[in-house]
Amino acid sequence: MNPARSQVVVLDYGSGNVRSVVRAVERAGAEVTLASDFDAALESDGLVVPGVGAFAACMAGLRAVKGERIIGRRLAGGRPVLGICVGMQVLFEQGVEHGVTTEGCSEWPGVVSRLQAPVVPHMGWNTVEVPDETSLFSGIQDERFYFVHSYGAREWVLETNDRTRAPLVTWAEHGGDRFVAAVENGPLTATQFHPEKSGDAGAALLRNWVASL
Amino acid sequence: MSLAVRVIPCLDVDGGRVVKGINFLDLRDAGDPVELARTYDAEGADELTFLDISASHEGRATTMEIVSRTAEEVFIPLTVGGGISSVDDVDRLLRAGADKIAVNTAAIHRPELVAEIADRFGNQVLVLSVDARRVTAGGASTDSGWEVTTHGGRKSAGLDAIEWARRAADLGAGEILLNAMDADGTEDGFDLDLIAAVRREVTIPVIASGGAGAVDHFAPAVDAGADAVLAATVFHFGTLRIADVKGALGAAGHPVR
Repeated sequence: MNPARSQVVVLDYGSGNVRSVVRAVERAGAEVTLASDFDAALESDGLVVPGVGAFAACMAGLRAVKGERIIGRRLAGGRPVLGICVGMQVLFEQGVEHGVTTEGCSEWPGVVSRLQAPVVPHMGWNTVEVPDETSLFSGIQDERFYFVHSYGAREWVLETNDRTRAPLVTWAEHGGDRFVAAVENGPLTATQFHPEKSGDAGAALLRNWVASL
Repeated sequence: MSLAVRVIPCLDVDGGRVVKGINFLDLRDAGDPVELARTYDAEGADELTFLDISASHEGRATTMEIVSRTAEEVFIPLTVGGGISSVDDVDRLLRAGADKIAVNTAAIHRPELVAEIADRFGNQVLVLSVDARRVTAGGASTDSGWEVTTHGGRKSAGLDAIEWARRAADLGAGEILLNAMDADGTEDGFDLDLIAAVRREVTIPVIASGGAGAVDHFAPAVDAGADAVLAATVFHFGTLRIADVKGALGAAGHPVR
Protein backbone atom coordinates (compact mmCIF):
# COMPACT_ATOMS: atom_id res chain seq x y z
CA MET A 1 0.00 0.00 0.00
CA ASN A 2 1.20 3.43 -0.91
CA PRO A 3 0.59 5.71 2.08
CA ALA A 4 0.44 8.74 -0.18
CA ARG A 5 -2.66 7.53 -1.98
CA SER A 6 -5.89 9.31 -1.12
CA GLN A 7 -8.53 7.27 0.67
CA VAL A 8 -11.95 7.46 -0.97
CA VAL A 9 -15.21 5.96 0.22
CA VAL A 10 -17.92 5.23 -2.35
CA LEU A 11 -21.14 5.49 -0.39
CA ASP A 12 -23.03 2.20 -0.54
CA TYR A 13 -26.72 2.86 -0.17
CA GLY A 14 -28.21 0.33 -2.54
CA SER A 15 -27.74 2.26 -5.75
CA GLY A 16 -27.36 0.19 -8.96
CA ASN A 17 -23.98 -0.46 -10.49
CA VAL A 18 -21.43 0.82 -7.96
CA ARG A 19 -18.75 -1.65 -8.98
CA SER A 20 -17.81 0.50 -11.97
CA VAL A 21 -17.56 3.60 -9.80
CA VAL A 22 -15.23 1.85 -7.36
CA ARG A 23 -13.00 0.55 -10.14
CA ALA A 24 -12.89 3.86 -12.00
CA VAL A 25 -11.89 5.83 -8.88
CA GLU A 26 -9.26 3.20 -8.08
CA ARG A 27 -7.90 3.58 -11.58
CA ALA A 28 -7.74 7.33 -10.96
CA GLY A 29 -5.19 6.65 -8.22
CA ALA A 30 -7.18 6.46 -5.00
CA GLU A 31 -7.59 3.67 -2.50
CA VAL A 32 -11.31 2.96 -2.56
CA THR A 33 -13.69 1.36 -0.11
CA LEU A 34 -17.37 0.70 -0.73
CA ALA A 35 -19.04 1.47 2.59
CA SER A 36 -22.11 2.84 4.27
CA ASP A 37 -20.49 3.17 7.69
CA PHE A 38 -21.02 6.68 9.08
CA ASP A 39 -17.55 7.23 10.51
CA ALA A 40 -15.73 5.70 7.54
CA ALA A 41 -17.70 7.91 5.15
CA LEU A 42 -17.04 10.96 7.31
CA GLU A 43 -13.32 10.46 7.74
CA SER A 44 -12.12 9.49 4.26
CA ASP A 45 -10.18 12.00 2.15
CA GLY A 46 -12.95 11.95 -0.42
CA LEU A 47 -16.54 10.68 -0.56
CA VAL A 48 -18.30 9.65 -3.76
CA VAL A 49 -22.10 9.63 -3.76
CA PRO A 50 -23.26 7.58 -6.78
CA GLY A 51 -26.89 7.27 -7.77
CA VAL A 52 -29.14 5.91 -10.48
CA GLY A 53 -32.88 5.55 -10.82
CA ALA A 54 -35.51 7.66 -9.16
CA PHE A 55 -34.79 10.77 -7.07
CA ALA A 56 -37.23 9.67 -4.36
CA ALA A 57 -35.76 6.16 -4.12
CA CYS A 58 -32.23 7.55 -3.95
CA MET A 59 -33.15 10.02 -1.20
CA ALA A 60 -34.81 7.23 0.79
CA GLY A 61 -31.70 5.07 0.43
CA LEU A 62 -29.45 7.98 1.33
CA ARG A 63 -31.46 8.81 4.45
CA ALA A 64 -31.34 5.18 5.56
CA VAL A 65 -27.54 5.45 5.90
CA LYS A 66 -27.68 9.06 7.22
CA GLY A 67 -26.13 10.14 3.94
CA GLU A 68 -27.55 13.63 4.17
CA ARG A 69 -25.81 14.18 7.51
CA ILE A 70 -22.58 12.65 6.25
CA ILE A 71 -22.55 15.02 3.28
CA GLY A 72 -23.48 18.04 5.41
CA ARG A 73 -20.84 17.38 8.03
CA ARG A 74 -18.13 16.71 5.48
CA LEU A 75 -18.86 19.96 3.66
CA ALA A 76 -18.97 21.93 6.91
CA GLY A 77 -15.42 20.71 7.49
CA GLY A 78 -14.32 21.40 3.91
CA ARG A 79 -13.96 17.69 3.12
CA PRO A 80 -14.48 16.79 -0.56
CA VAL A 81 -17.66 15.13 -1.83
CA LEU A 82 -18.35 14.04 -5.42
CA GLY A 83 -21.96 13.40 -6.45
CA ILE A 84 -22.61 11.46 -9.67
CA CYS A 85 -25.85 11.47 -11.72
CA VAL A 86 -28.75 11.18 -9.25
CA GLY A 87 -26.01 11.60 -6.61
CA MET A 88 -25.73 15.13 -8.01
CA GLN A 89 -29.47 15.70 -8.34
CA VAL A 90 -30.15 14.93 -4.67
CA LEU A 91 -27.82 17.78 -3.70
CA PHE A 92 -30.49 20.23 -4.87
CA GLU A 93 -33.45 21.36 -2.80
CA GLN A 94 -36.15 19.32 -4.51
CA GLY A 95 -36.84 16.70 -7.12
CA VAL A 96 -40.15 16.58 -8.98
CA GLU A 97 -41.08 13.25 -10.59
CA HIS A 98 -44.54 12.39 -11.93
CA GLY A 99 -45.92 15.42 -10.10
CA VAL A 100 -44.53 14.28 -6.75
CA THR A 101 -42.05 16.56 -4.98
CA THR A 102 -39.27 15.02 -2.88
CA GLU A 103 -37.00 17.00 -0.58
CA GLY A 104 -33.33 16.73 -1.45
CA CYS A 105 -30.19 17.51 0.56
CA SER A 106 -30.55 21.27 -0.12
CA GLU A 107 -26.85 21.94 -0.53
CA TRP A 108 -27.95 24.12 -3.46
CA PRO A 109 -31.29 25.82 -4.09
CA GLY A 110 -33.24 24.73 -7.12
CA VAL A 111 -35.40 21.99 -8.50
CA VAL A 112 -34.61 18.87 -10.49
CA SER A 113 -37.35 18.35 -13.07
CA ARG A 114 -38.08 16.38 -16.22
CA LEU A 115 -36.08 17.26 -19.32
CA GLN A 116 -38.09 18.95 -22.05
CA ALA A 117 -36.70 17.36 -25.21
CA PRO A 118 -38.12 15.32 -28.10
CA VAL A 119 -36.25 12.18 -26.98
CA VAL A 120 -35.91 11.38 -23.27
CA PRO A 121 -33.94 9.82 -21.52
CA HIS A 122 -30.95 11.88 -22.62
CA MET A 123 -28.75 8.87 -23.30
CA GLY A 124 -25.28 8.89 -24.76
CA TRP A 125 -22.14 10.94 -25.26
CA ASN A 126 -22.57 14.70 -25.23
CA THR A 127 -20.38 17.77 -25.20
CA VAL A 128 -20.34 20.21 -22.27
CA GLU A 129 -19.85 23.98 -21.90
CA VAL A 130 -17.11 24.34 -19.33
CA PRO A 131 -16.23 27.60 -17.51
CA ASP A 132 -12.68 28.86 -18.09
CA GLU A 133 -11.64 28.61 -14.44
CA THR A 134 -12.38 24.88 -14.21
CA SER A 135 -9.93 22.49 -12.63
CA LEU A 136 -12.23 19.43 -12.82
CA PHE A 137 -12.23 19.55 -16.63
CA SER A 138 -8.59 20.56 -16.95
CA GLY A 139 -7.30 19.07 -20.21
CA ILE A 140 -10.69 17.58 -21.20
CA GLN A 141 -12.88 20.62 -21.87
CA ASP A 142 -13.67 19.51 -25.41
CA GLU A 143 -14.38 15.85 -24.69
CA ARG A 144 -17.72 14.09 -24.68
CA PHE A 145 -19.12 12.45 -21.54
CA TYR A 146 -21.71 9.72 -21.06
CA PHE A 147 -25.11 10.85 -19.83
CA VAL A 148 -28.17 8.79 -19.00
CA HIS A 149 -30.99 10.64 -17.26
CA SER A 150 -34.53 11.93 -17.73
CA TYR A 151 -34.37 14.71 -15.13
CA GLY A 152 -32.02 17.57 -14.55
CA ALA A 153 -31.32 20.89 -12.84
CA ARG A 154 -32.59 23.06 -15.68
CA GLU A 155 -31.91 26.30 -13.83
CA TRP A 156 -29.07 27.37 -11.56
CA VAL A 157 -30.58 29.71 -9.01
CA LEU A 158 -27.92 30.09 -6.31
CA GLU A 159 -27.19 33.78 -5.81
CA THR A 160 -23.72 34.79 -4.79
CA ASN A 161 -22.33 38.10 -3.63
CA ASP A 162 -18.84 39.61 -3.60
CA ARG A 163 -17.90 37.77 -0.43
CA THR A 164 -18.78 34.29 -1.60
CA ARG A 165 -16.98 32.60 -4.43
CA ALA A 166 -19.48 31.68 -7.13
CA PRO A 167 -19.59 27.96 -7.98
CA LEU A 168 -18.36 26.96 -11.43
CA VAL A 169 -21.28 25.56 -13.37
CA THR A 170 -20.85 23.44 -16.50
CA TRP A 171 -23.85 23.09 -18.81
CA ALA A 172 -25.05 20.59 -21.39
CA GLU A 173 -27.82 20.77 -23.95
CA HIS A 174 -30.13 18.11 -25.36
CA GLY A 175 -32.98 18.61 -27.77
CA GLY A 176 -33.13 22.33 -27.02
CA ASP A 177 -33.17 21.95 -23.23
CA ARG A 178 -30.22 23.14 -21.13
CA PHE A 179 -29.28 21.68 -17.78
CA VAL A 180 -26.45 21.56 -15.28
CA ALA A 181 -23.82 19.01 -16.34
CA ALA A 182 -21.36 19.61 -13.49
CA VAL A 183 -20.72 21.88 -10.53
CA GLU A 184 -17.43 22.80 -8.84
CA ASN A 185 -18.31 24.41 -5.54
CA GLY A 186 -15.34 24.32 -3.15
CA PRO A 187 -15.29 20.86 -1.55
CA LEU A 188 -18.54 19.91 -3.29
CA THR A 189 -18.20 18.59 -6.83
CA ALA A 190 -20.88 16.93 -8.90
CA THR A 191 -21.50 15.61 -12.39
CA GLN A 192 -24.79 14.78 -14.07
CA PHE A 193 -22.92 12.47 -16.47
CA HIS A 194 -21.16 9.25 -15.46
CA PRO A 195 -17.37 9.77 -15.40
CA GLU A 196 -16.98 6.06 -14.56
CA LYS A 197 -18.63 5.24 -17.92
CA SER A 198 -17.03 8.03 -19.93
CA GLY A 199 -13.93 6.15 -21.07
CA ASP A 200 -10.64 8.06 -21.11
CA ALA A 201 -12.31 11.46 -20.66
CA GLY A 202 -14.07 10.24 -17.54
CA ALA A 203 -10.84 8.72 -16.23
CA ALA A 204 -9.08 12.06 -16.68
CA LEU A 205 -11.86 13.87 -14.82
CA LEU A 206 -11.66 11.43 -11.92
CA ARG A 207 -7.86 11.84 -11.83
CA ASN A 208 -8.36 15.61 -11.62
CA TRP A 209 -10.74 15.12 -8.71
CA VAL A 210 -8.55 12.60 -6.87
CA ALA A 211 -5.52 14.89 -7.36
CA SER A 212 -7.46 17.66 -5.60
CA LEU A 213 -8.00 15.58 -2.45
CA MET B 1 -22.88 20.30 -31.01
CA SER B 2 -25.30 17.73 -29.81
CA LEU B 3 -25.63 14.18 -28.62
CA ALA B 4 -23.44 11.78 -30.58
CA VAL B 5 -24.93 8.87 -32.51
CA ARG B 6 -23.90 5.76 -30.61
CA VAL B 7 -22.22 2.90 -32.44
CA ILE B 8 -22.69 -0.33 -30.51
CA PRO B 9 -21.11 -3.73 -31.21
CA CYS B 10 -23.10 -6.71 -29.94
CA LEU B 11 -21.50 -9.95 -28.75
CA ASP B 12 -23.39 -13.23 -28.57
CA VAL B 13 -22.12 -15.08 -25.52
CA ASP B 14 -22.73 -18.74 -24.69
CA GLY B 15 -21.34 -20.17 -21.46
CA GLY B 16 -18.90 -17.29 -21.18
CA ARG B 17 -17.58 -17.58 -24.73
CA VAL B 18 -18.22 -15.43 -27.79
CA VAL B 19 -20.20 -17.58 -30.17
CA LYS B 20 -19.71 -16.14 -33.63
CA GLY B 21 -16.16 -16.42 -34.89
CA ILE B 22 -13.85 -13.49 -34.71
CA ASN B 23 -11.29 -13.50 -37.46
CA PHE B 24 -10.01 -9.99 -37.95
CA LEU B 25 -8.27 -9.17 -34.72
CA ASP B 26 -5.00 -10.34 -33.39
CA LEU B 27 -6.40 -11.57 -30.11
CA ARG B 28 -4.79 -14.02 -27.75
CA ASP B 29 -8.18 -15.58 -27.23
CA ALA B 30 -10.76 -14.58 -29.81
CA GLY B 31 -13.52 -16.28 -27.84
CA ASP B 32 -13.01 -14.25 -24.69
CA PRO B 33 -15.74 -11.60 -24.42
CA VAL B 34 -13.65 -9.52 -22.05
CA GLU B 35 -10.74 -9.26 -24.43
CA LEU B 36 -13.07 -8.45 -27.29
CA ALA B 37 -14.83 -5.83 -25.17
CA ARG B 38 -11.47 -4.19 -24.46
CA THR B 39 -10.66 -4.18 -28.15
CA TYR B 40 -13.96 -2.62 -29.17
CA ASP B 41 -13.55 -0.02 -26.45
CA ALA B 42 -10.12 0.86 -27.85
CA GLU B 43 -11.63 1.05 -31.35
CA GLY B 44 -14.14 3.66 -30.22
CA ALA B 45 -17.31 1.70 -29.42
CA ASP B 46 -19.75 3.96 -27.55
CA GLU B 47 -21.40 1.12 -25.66
CA LEU B 48 -21.23 -2.67 -25.61
CA THR B 49 -24.04 -5.19 -25.68
CA PHE B 50 -23.71 -8.80 -24.54
CA LEU B 51 -26.47 -11.12 -25.61
CA ASP B 52 -26.41 -14.24 -23.46
CA ILE B 53 -27.65 -17.18 -25.51
CA SER B 54 -26.71 -19.82 -22.91
CA ALA B 55 -29.40 -22.40 -22.46
CA SER B 56 -28.17 -23.73 -19.13
CA HIS B 57 -28.10 -22.37 -15.62
CA GLU B 58 -24.33 -22.92 -15.51
CA GLY B 59 -23.93 -21.01 -18.74
CA ARG B 60 -25.76 -18.03 -17.28
CA ALA B 61 -23.66 -18.11 -14.13
CA THR B 62 -20.57 -17.93 -16.31
CA THR B 63 -22.00 -14.94 -18.15
CA MET B 64 -22.33 -13.19 -14.81
CA GLU B 65 -18.58 -13.61 -14.26
CA ILE B 66 -17.91 -12.24 -17.74
CA VAL B 67 -20.04 -9.18 -16.97
CA SER B 68 -18.07 -8.58 -13.77
CA ARG B 69 -14.70 -8.95 -15.43
CA THR B 70 -15.75 -6.62 -18.25
CA ALA B 71 -17.03 -3.97 -15.85
CA GLU B 72 -13.71 -4.12 -14.01
CA GLU B 73 -11.76 -3.30 -17.14
CA VAL B 74 -13.94 -1.46 -19.64
CA PHE B 75 -15.26 1.98 -18.77
CA ILE B 76 -18.07 2.42 -21.26
CA PRO B 77 -21.70 1.38 -20.75
CA LEU B 78 -22.51 -2.31 -20.88
CA THR B 79 -25.95 -3.72 -21.73
CA VAL B 80 -26.71 -7.37 -21.08
CA GLY B 81 -29.65 -9.23 -22.59
CA GLY B 82 -30.85 -12.79 -22.95
CA GLY B 83 -33.06 -14.86 -20.69
CA ILE B 84 -33.91 -12.08 -18.25
CA SER B 85 -37.33 -12.79 -16.78
CA SER B 86 -37.49 -11.27 -13.30
CA VAL B 87 -36.55 -8.29 -11.18
CA ASP B 88 -34.08 -10.55 -9.36
CA ASP B 89 -32.32 -11.37 -12.65
CA VAL B 90 -31.93 -7.65 -13.25
CA ASP B 91 -30.66 -7.03 -9.74
CA ARG B 92 -27.98 -9.70 -10.11
CA LEU B 93 -26.78 -8.34 -13.44
CA LEU B 94 -26.64 -4.74 -12.22
CA ARG B 95 -24.70 -5.84 -9.15
CA ALA B 96 -22.33 -7.79 -11.39
CA GLY B 97 -21.58 -4.59 -13.28
CA ALA B 98 -24.13 -4.23 -16.09
CA ASP B 99 -25.43 -0.70 -16.67
CA LYS B 100 -28.50 -1.68 -18.64
CA ILE B 101 -30.39 -4.88 -19.26
CA ALA B 102 -32.39 -5.86 -22.32
CA VAL B 103 -35.62 -7.82 -22.02
CA ASN B 104 -37.45 -9.44 -24.90
CA THR B 105 -39.56 -12.62 -24.69
CA ALA B 106 -40.30 -12.44 -20.97
CA ALA B 107 -41.82 -8.99 -21.45
CA ILE B 108 -44.02 -10.29 -24.27
CA HIS B 109 -45.34 -13.03 -21.98
CA ARG B 110 -45.71 -10.69 -19.01
CA PRO B 111 -45.67 -6.97 -19.93
CA GLU B 112 -45.86 -5.98 -16.23
CA LEU B 113 -42.23 -7.05 -16.00
CA VAL B 114 -41.31 -3.81 -17.79
CA ALA B 115 -43.03 -1.71 -15.15
CA GLU B 116 -41.62 -3.80 -12.30
CA ILE B 117 -38.05 -3.30 -13.49
CA ALA B 118 -38.53 0.40 -14.23
CA ASP B 119 -40.13 1.06 -10.84
CA ARG B 120 -37.32 -0.64 -8.98
CA PHE B 121 -34.26 0.50 -10.93
CA GLY B 122 -35.42 3.42 -13.07
CA ASN B 123 -36.32 3.31 -16.75
CA GLN B 124 -32.75 4.17 -17.79
CA VAL B 125 -31.63 0.57 -17.08
CA LEU B 126 -34.30 -1.02 -19.21
CA VAL B 127 -33.92 -1.72 -22.91
CA LEU B 128 -36.88 -3.36 -24.61
CA SER B 129 -35.59 -5.61 -27.37
CA VAL B 130 -38.14 -6.08 -30.18
CA ASP B 131 -37.67 -8.63 -32.96
CA ALA B 132 -39.92 -7.12 -35.61
CA ARG B 133 -40.81 -8.05 -39.18
CA ARG B 134 -43.27 -7.02 -41.83
CA VAL B 135 -46.46 -9.08 -41.77
CA THR B 136 -46.43 -11.38 -44.78
CA ALA B 137 -49.39 -12.23 -46.96
CA GLY B 138 -51.42 -14.87 -45.23
CA GLY B 139 -50.04 -14.01 -41.79
CA ALA B 140 -52.07 -12.48 -38.98
CA SER B 141 -52.56 -8.82 -39.85
CA THR B 142 -51.66 -5.92 -37.56
CA ASP B 143 -52.69 -2.27 -37.78
CA SER B 144 -49.18 -1.10 -38.59
CA GLY B 145 -48.23 -3.98 -40.87
CA TRP B 146 -45.36 -4.90 -38.53
CA GLU B 147 -45.40 -7.77 -36.06
CA VAL B 148 -43.34 -8.99 -33.12
CA THR B 149 -41.60 -12.33 -33.47
CA THR B 150 -39.96 -14.75 -31.04
CA HIS B 151 -37.54 -17.67 -31.40
CA GLY B 152 -35.17 -15.72 -33.61
CA GLY B 153 -37.92 -14.64 -35.96
CA ARG B 154 -39.36 -18.10 -36.47
CA LYS B 155 -42.61 -17.52 -34.58
CA SER B 156 -45.12 -14.71 -34.55
CA ALA B 157 -45.95 -13.37 -31.11
CA GLY B 158 -49.29 -12.08 -32.38
CA LEU B 159 -48.47 -8.48 -31.43
CA ASP B 160 -48.30 -5.32 -33.48
CA ALA B 161 -44.63 -4.34 -33.26
CA ILE B 162 -45.20 -0.59 -33.31
CA GLU B 163 -48.01 -0.81 -30.76
CA TRP B 164 -45.81 -3.03 -28.55
CA ALA B 165 -42.93 -0.53 -28.65
CA ARG B 166 -45.28 2.29 -27.69
CA ARG B 167 -46.86 0.27 -24.89
CA ALA B 168 -43.48 -0.76 -23.47
CA ALA B 169 -42.36 2.87 -23.49
CA ASP B 170 -45.52 3.78 -21.56
CA LEU B 171 -44.82 0.96 -19.09
CA GLY B 172 -41.35 2.34 -18.42
CA ALA B 173 -38.84 1.07 -20.98
CA GLY B 174 -36.00 3.55 -21.34
CA GLU B 175 -34.93 2.55 -24.81
CA ILE B 176 -35.99 0.34 -27.74
CA LEU B 177 -33.55 -2.08 -29.35
CA LEU B 178 -35.23 -2.60 -32.70
CA ASN B 179 -34.13 -5.76 -34.46
CA ALA B 180 -35.36 -5.88 -38.05
CA MET B 181 -35.78 -9.60 -38.69
CA ASP B 182 -36.36 -9.15 -42.43
CA ALA B 183 -33.10 -7.25 -42.82
CA ASP B 184 -31.08 -9.28 -40.33
CA GLY B 185 -28.23 -11.12 -42.01
CA THR B 186 -28.86 -9.60 -45.45
CA GLU B 187 -26.16 -6.91 -45.12
CA ASP B 188 -28.36 -4.89 -47.52
CA GLY B 189 -28.94 -2.04 -45.07
CA PHE B 190 -31.19 -1.22 -42.16
CA ASP B 191 -34.97 -1.47 -42.39
CA LEU B 192 -35.65 2.26 -42.69
CA ASP B 193 -39.44 1.98 -42.83
CA LEU B 194 -39.47 0.04 -39.56
CA ILE B 195 -37.18 2.56 -37.84
CA ALA B 196 -39.34 5.48 -39.00
CA ALA B 197 -42.54 3.73 -37.90
CA VAL B 198 -41.23 3.19 -34.35
CA ARG B 199 -39.67 6.68 -34.18
CA ARG B 200 -43.09 8.22 -34.90
CA GLU B 201 -44.63 6.40 -31.94
CA VAL B 202 -42.10 6.65 -29.12
CA THR B 203 -40.09 9.46 -27.50
CA ILE B 204 -37.44 7.19 -25.96
CA PRO B 205 -34.18 6.42 -27.79
CA VAL B 206 -34.28 3.85 -30.59
CA ILE B 207 -31.32 1.58 -31.37
CA ALA B 208 -31.46 0.26 -34.94
CA SER B 209 -30.23 -3.28 -35.52
CA GLY B 210 -30.23 -5.70 -38.43
CA GLY B 211 -29.02 -5.37 -41.99
CA ALA B 212 -25.80 -3.36 -41.70
CA GLY B 213 -23.37 -4.36 -44.42
CA ALA B 214 -21.55 -1.20 -45.50
CA VAL B 215 -20.43 2.02 -43.84
CA ASP B 216 -22.93 4.07 -45.83
CA HIS B 217 -25.85 2.06 -44.42
CA PHE B 218 -25.64 3.77 -41.05
CA ALA B 219 -26.46 7.42 -41.83
CA PRO B 220 -29.83 6.58 -43.45
CA ALA B 221 -30.81 4.69 -40.27
CA VAL B 222 -30.11 7.83 -38.25
CA ASP B 223 -31.99 9.96 -40.80
CA ALA B 224 -34.94 7.58 -40.36
CA GLY B 225 -34.90 8.28 -36.62
CA ALA B 226 -32.39 5.97 -34.93
CA ASP B 227 -30.45 7.41 -31.98
CA ALA B 228 -27.95 4.56 -32.01
CA VAL B 229 -26.89 1.78 -34.36
CA LEU B 230 -26.00 -1.77 -33.39
CA ALA B 231 -24.27 -4.49 -35.37
CA ALA B 232 -22.61 -7.81 -34.66
CA THR B 233 -21.28 -9.86 -37.54
CA VAL B 234 -19.91 -7.02 -39.65
CA PHE B 235 -17.79 -5.85 -36.74
CA HIS B 236 -16.70 -9.32 -35.62
CA PHE B 237 -15.62 -10.38 -39.08
CA GLY B 238 -13.90 -7.11 -39.78
CA THR B 239 -16.14 -6.28 -42.74
CA LEU B 240 -16.57 -2.90 -41.09
CA ARG B 241 -14.49 -1.07 -38.51
CA ILE B 242 -16.10 1.14 -35.89
CA ALA B 243 -13.91 4.10 -36.81
CA ASP B 244 -14.97 3.84 -40.47
CA VAL B 245 -18.65 3.69 -39.53
CA LYS B 246 -18.18 6.82 -37.43
CA GLY B 247 -16.30 8.49 -40.26
CA ALA B 248 -19.21 7.85 -42.60
CA LEU B 249 -21.75 9.10 -40.05
CA GLY B 250 -19.68 12.22 -39.47
CA ALA B 251 -19.35 12.86 -43.20
CA ALA B 252 -23.14 12.66 -43.47
CA GLY B 253 -23.45 15.39 -40.84
CA HIS B 254 -24.26 13.27 -37.80
CA PRO B 255 -22.26 14.01 -34.63
CA VAL B 256 -20.09 11.15 -33.42
CA ARG B 257 -17.68 10.76 -30.54
